[in-house]
Amino acid sequence: MKNFFQYSLGDRTLIIYAAIFLLFLYTPVLFLPLFSFSKSQYMMFPISDWTLERYVTMWYKTKLREALYASLKVGVFASIISTILGILVARAMTRYFFPLKQSLLGFIMLPLAFPEIIMGVGLLIFTIFVGLELSLITVTAGHILICLPFSVLILISRFEGFDKNLEEASLDLGENAWQTFIRITFPIVGSGILASILLTFTISFDEFLIAFFLSGEDPTLPIYIYGQLRHVKNIPYMLALGSIILLVSFATISFAEWIRRKGMKNKKFTGIFE
Amino acid sequence: MSSINFINIKGITKTFGSVIAVNNIDLDINKGEFFSLLGASGCGKTTLLRLLAGFEKPDKGKIFIEKEDITYLIPNKRPTNMVFQNYAIFPHMDVANNIAYGLRKENLSKKELNKRVDRYLELIKLSGYGNRKADQLSGGQRQRVALARALIMQPKVLLLDEPLGALDKQLRANMQIELRSLQKDVGITFVFVTHDQEESLSMSDRVAVMSQGKILQVSTPDELYEQPENEEVANFIGTINSFDAKIISINNGICTLESKYLGDIKAKHKYDIYSIGENVLVGIRPEKLKLHIVKPEKDFGLIEGIVENISYLGERSHYYIKTDGFVKSISVSSQNVNRAQINQLINEKKKVWISFNSDSLILIKKN
Repeated sequence: MKNFFQYSLGDRTLIIYAAIFLLFLYTPVLFLPLFSFSKSQYMMFPISDWTLERYVTMWYKTKLREALYASLKVGVFASIISTILGILVARAMTRYFFPLKQSLLGFIMLPLAFPEIIMGVGLLIFTIFVGLELSLITVTAGHILICLPFSVLILISRFEGFDKNLEEASLDLGENAWQTFIRITFPIVGSGILASILLTFTISFDEFLIAFFLSGEDPTLPIYIYGQLRHVKNIPYMLALGSIILLVSFATISFAEWIRRKGMKNKKFTGIFE
Repeated sequence: MSSINFINIKGITKTFGSVIAVNNIDLDINKGEFFSLLGASGCGKTTLLRLLAGFEKPDKGKIFIEKEDITYLIPNKRPTNMVFQNYAIFPHMDVANNIAYGLRKENLSKKELNKRVDRYLELIKLSGYGNRKADQLSGGQRQRVALARALIMQPKVLLLDEPLGALDKQLRANMQIELRSLQKDVGITFVFVTHDQEESLSMSDRVAVMSQGKILQVSTPDELYEQPENEEVANFIGTINSFDAKIISINNGICTLESKYLGDIKAKHKYDIYSIGENVLVGIRPEKLKLHIVKPEKDFGLIEGIVENISYLGERSHYYIKTDGFVKSISVSSQNVNRAQINQLINEKKKVWISFNSDSLILIKKN
């Protein structure tokens, strides 16, 4: 391997740029786990005493456990429903010709580019207007809206690589549409479906703005964390909780990406959403 | 080929947007027949096949198989099975499971199922390949698995969509023979889509030539080649030299024609579609012309010209002869029986004579 000083000036500049870039990106995030082990209430250097106490005692907070449970519930429903809807959209987009196809796809993708706070306010007004009660159900509905574009993107790329003759062959050999889905479509695009569920779950799990507007009595985990930050004594617990969420999210996304790549092993990899 | 009423296609039309893929087609296919749909890409042959399979619904018309109306029957209820162009082998299953795919509903015992699959593996000469995955098979093997997977359903009609298109030339020639003999063994009606005219001629009992959603001619292969009904078919099947002519008289199936370059000639006609005074084409196939380097003693059927181009094809050569009268050069195909002929006697710019028999002349309707 070359010594740093053996690189040209241009290359050295780029290496330094990359190092600074990574530093800015990850140092703030690493502060979270770091201070979560500090005994002091205040986030200050030097850290004199270390402890695991927060990781243990935070589980005794009933409100935290309820918020976690709420977020898991919302995440599971939002990810599964948005993935099912995503399958339908992806199939329609890759299998059939119909008028306004591209415009429809554009509308489905719009939440990606839409400011979430505007959407949150809009959904809140709409919910009140139609007389729905704010609850985890309304949060789930809002999350489905923002998760759907991600499901659609992942699944369209899977369905595009999937030969439609395979489904026709199955129909031709006497199976109906449902059996064809179970015996042919699902095994082939299954990894994409799983990747979509895992990714949308993490999106829903740490979503704040929409949950902030649409949750009623039961806060989701991000809302709960936000509320706790007002009291200094609670902050270290939130650091510990944040660290765990960070770890689990990272593991889930990596797993989803691994599954997705494995399912597309014959294709050139070009990024998370191709 | 017993009953005539096996597959009846009546007035079928199918459009995609503003494109008319199949235009008011009537067609009858006999039982046990190897029937080809031949045409260039976009002529509607695959759409017609997919209408038979049930993957498309026609805008107009009806399809009957053994007098039963199947026009709007869904694919899984039809007595047809299909071999797809890309074979559509299920990639997540092995060969045996691919072949057994359609038997699920028959609830066979494991033993009976294996027996049946083995029988079809034997039929396609892939015994012992049951555990292989699709990506471990060659093109020819995939094609045969697709064939077995369809045949095991014992369909009344097997539909084949250019099944040999993806194979290399040598393998293709072998598969043509195998497919033909397989069809004779199983006795199932085959409807075979191809754009390869040689393939359709060598394999089929009858061929339908298609163009722009219409059927131009339905005939046996030799009729198609020796007696094409019109200019388009004549040009599509093989190569043909054609000359303008005018019908002077028609007598007992023999037309007397007046031709600027060939003089007065006589030609047989098979189809009763001509009238006196009509401008037609007189065609002759390149292999029915004979090349001479010395002027033969003959008053009729002799054309003088200069060799413009030679393409050497191994067992035969094509000579393109430029003559005074004709705009297009005349194509002559000659078997390379004698090496000396190609090597020394005939070369470009050489003066030659072409002779022909009036028997070989084909009367062709102008488009």
